[in-house]
Amino acid sequence: MAKAIVEIKNVNKFYGDNHVVKDLDMEIYEGEFLSILGPSGCGKTTTLRMIAGFEQQTDGVITVEGERVENKEPFERNVNTVFQSYALFPHMTVHDNVAYGLKMKKVKKAEIAGRVEDALSMVRLEGFGKRYPAQLSGGQRQRVAIARAIINNPRVLLLDEPLGALDMKLRKQMQIELKNLQKQLGITFVYVTHDQEEALTMSDRIAVMSGGVLEQIGTPAEIYEKPTTKFVADFIGETNLFEAVEAHVRDDGTVCLNAEAGELTGADPRFSAAELVYLSVRPEKTLASESPVTGFSLRGTVRENIYIGTVVKSTVVLQNGQEIRVSSIAGAPVPAAGSARYIHWNPGDAVIIHSKSNTILDLMDSLDLGAYVAGGA
Amino acid sequence: MQDRHTFRKKTVPLITMISPVTAWLILLIALPLLYILVISFCGTDDAHNIVFHFTLKNYAKLFDPTILSIYSNSLVIALLTTVICILVAYPFAYIMASTTPFRKTLMMIFLMLPFWTNSIIRLYSWRTLLGTNGYVNLLLLKIGLIQQPIEMLFTRGAVVLGMVYTLLPFMVLPLHTVIDKLDGGLHEASSDLGAKPVKTFLHITLPLTAPGIFAGSIMVFIPCLGYFFVSNLMGGGTSQLIGNVISRQFKEAFNWPYGAALAIMLILITLLLVRIYTKTGGKIDDLGVM
Amino acid sequence: MRKKRKAAAKKYTSRVFSALVYLFLYAPIAVVILFSFNTSRRNVLFEGFTLDWYKQMATNHALLESFGNTLAVAGVSTLIATVIGTLTAIAMFRYKFRGKTIIDLLLYIPVVIPEIVLGIALLSVFSLVHVPLGLGSMIVAHVTFQIPFVVFTVRARLSGFDRSIEEAAMDLGANRVRVLTGITIPIIAPGIVSGAVLAFTLSIDDIIISFFTTGARSTTFPLKIMELVRSGVSPDVYALSTIIILATFVVVLISQISVYKANQRALKSKYKEKQK
Repeated sequence: MAKAIVEIKNVNKFYGDNHVVKDLDMEIYEGEFLSILGPSGCGKTTTLRMIAGFEQQTDGVITVEGERVENKEPFERNVNTVFQSYALFPHMTVHDNVAYGLKMKKVKKAEIAGRVEDALSMVRLEGFGKRYPAQLSGGQRQRVAIARAIINNPRVLLLDEPLGALDMKLRKQMQIELKNLQKQLGITFVYVTHDQEEALTMSDRIAVMSGGVLEQIGTPAEIYEKPTTKFVADFIGETNLFEAVEAHVRDDGTVCLNAEAGELTGADPRFSAAELVYLSVRPEKTLASESPVTGFSLRGTVRENIYIGTVVKSTVVLQNGQEIRVSSIAGAPVPAAGSARYIHWNPGDAVIIHSKSNTILDLMDSLDLGAYVAGGA
Repeated sequence: MQDRHTFRKKTVPLITMISPVTAWLILLIALPLLYILVISFCGTDDAHNIVFHFTLKNYAKLFDPTILSIYSNSLVIALLTTVICILVAYPFAYIMASTTPFRKTLMMIFLMLPFWTNSIIRLYSWRTLLGTNGYVNLLLLKIGLIQQPIEMLFTRGAVVLGMVYTLLPFMVLPLHTVIDKLDGGLHEASSDLGAKPVKTFLHITLPLTAPGIFAGSIMVFIPCLGYFFVSNLMGGGTSQLIGNVISRQFKEAFNWPYGAALAIMLILITLLLVRIYTKTGGKIDDLGVM
Repeated sequence: MRKKRKAAAKKYTSRVFSALVYLFLYAPIAVVILFSFNTSRRNVLFEGFTLDWYKQMATNHALLESFGNTLAVAGVSTLIATVIGTLTAIAMFRYKFRGKTIIDLLLYIPVVIPEIVLGIALLSVFSLVHVPLGLGSMIVAHVTFQIPFVVFTVRARLSGFDRSIEEAAMDLGANRVRVLTGITIPIIAPGIVSGAVLAFTLSIDDIIISFFTTGARSTTFPLKIMELVRSGVSPDVYALSTIIILATFVVVLISQISVYKANQRALKSKYKEKQK
């Protein structure tokens, strides 16, 4: 098992009455590329800024390399940050910007010159030392910001949506470069982003946050294939989500669930009768057939088919109005719009998400649904 | 046809809008300044009338030792005032820039409020405060800082105090503008790269706010040379400025050509300072307008 | 916790420092107000409370006349300077023309050069062409230094002005004058108002230019005080000043609060739009 380099234990952050980070527990391993992913306002940037030392947690402990850091100023921490706005010093040349950290550590001038050159060549900016930030393109500024941080040999590099200001093409290119750089340097990257595609392609692990809460942390495959919360299932990729109540275990070991739209089937060893759960199934795992399939009673009408290169995305509207997305590989037979279809899936492809908390809201939700199920039965 | 169209569309409205200001600027700024340049090379007759014959004697008189000492006194007062204004206004502007929007508005209103009211009377009441039996002396005696009342009025120090009092906002405003615009991210970046607060200030904050310091210095230094009423009120004639000498030539001695020569020197000093300011990257637009 | 203590110390130092600066700014004002109620004629120490100086002030015709002059000069000069300055700013924003840079340069002169230079230059020219010195000459002189401030303030407001609004008005059938009075001026009105207010304050508080351009028989309030300094300013001047100061404070505070509230409202509606 990898060694933790950053440990966040039971950390809370309040801005006045605003609870922006809630009971956060997270371990960041040495040498990994960890993305903190979430919509804006989810507390991801605050978390990063607490690690960097720009924000002080209200309570809880943050350690870097086993040392508690709450009393360390940003300039005393062995982590460096690549800022969203780059924060390049406008009155200094690229060289002076990159040299700044070493100058603060009183490294000898001759050594600084060499290391700046190395750092600049690492981000492919050889020969740009004499320019000023204003004379660079967005992508070049981004590279300077990275060089300025990595030249200090930080144990952890914090990146706050560093590619947010770049256009699509440059973003893709920089994603690959960043990933390569991280492998080459072998240091820990903590990367804050709201772009799930970016997080999925670059990261070793992803921490998904929402409303100040860590929803799930795991490898991209785990996050995508085995979401443990409704939020993660919904937020990452496209999915068909059903609110359902577990009814009983069938003879073949699959679980029968009741949802508003009808009966569905999943596979889950953690069966508990009458528990409110969410069932998530990806569009590419969702099937639409002409005749009913055992264990499912989801009947709907095909509304439209959209061709997107390699796949066809169909929308099927169930009788209760819920829209189901089905994607199939282009070339396979496509149901005509207006035709009736039965939605089903391979029980093993569906993920059952057990609700973690028992907040009032959840309770009310389940009561509501219970009433419906009772009425329908 | 085309020409008539342009004429109606552009020339007529332009001339209507621009002719009043053109007349005003030429008749009341350009000509008067040229006129004092002309009379600075003239002499006077016994009845103090200007005699139009070329002479350099007004300029020669500028090198009179008493005048030179007044020049140096003027410059010292202006320099002291500027330095003190920077030392007070910088932290003040910094505090103002880093507080909440509501407090910032409040601080700004209460900074400017006194300057909407008569400056002479506010300056005059310093005489009450600073007098030998005034409240400042009483306070200092009470806390035992001094044993005897000290003479504070009618000194160079009092003139500098009056100048600082009158001109402080002109230093705060440009400084606040640059400090407020400062990207907080740069601060964090510097700290993140290992710079202690003092270093961050020296390497990042100070260079980036230097334009505000320069603009404020120009806006404080130049008026200082001419504000003769501050010297009259606070210095009581002990600490003469260039402005006092000029004013005397026009209102008492009636040697206008000599006064004009002194004023031309003042213009040259001003132009030199503004030139240095623009050469170092300052913008004229940042001067003067509140 | 070390960090928290540091932050607290910083906050404390900031407050003390700001308080000292405001003490410096307001102590003389407090003296003016306090001594307007002082029983002693000598402005040295406060000896007892009286309203006599306010009664005396009300019958001091010379003093009241000087204040009336100040208001008259400021009012008339502000009106002229605002009209000329606004037209200039609009013309310079709209058109490119020969001599524009010269006008620009001339506008900067009164802002940058010491006031005393403009004062003596105007005095010299007035006497050359035998303009009688008095309220009229003072008004002309005040307009001269006010114009640039109005131009710059209005120009700042114009810099965010979308010219296609004017074109749209013309497209809908408004002629040039209607566009100017019905569209352009209302839109830049806040700039014009703040330019006028600035011009008015500069005029009301002016000492140096007035000192050189007024005649013996028409003095303003600041000049009157200068005159009285030699013989000693009696507390009735403080009484009048107190009234002026308090009136100014009330007006400025009310206007600033309404500006602040308007800004807050604008911010809030922007925020709401964003949320939608």
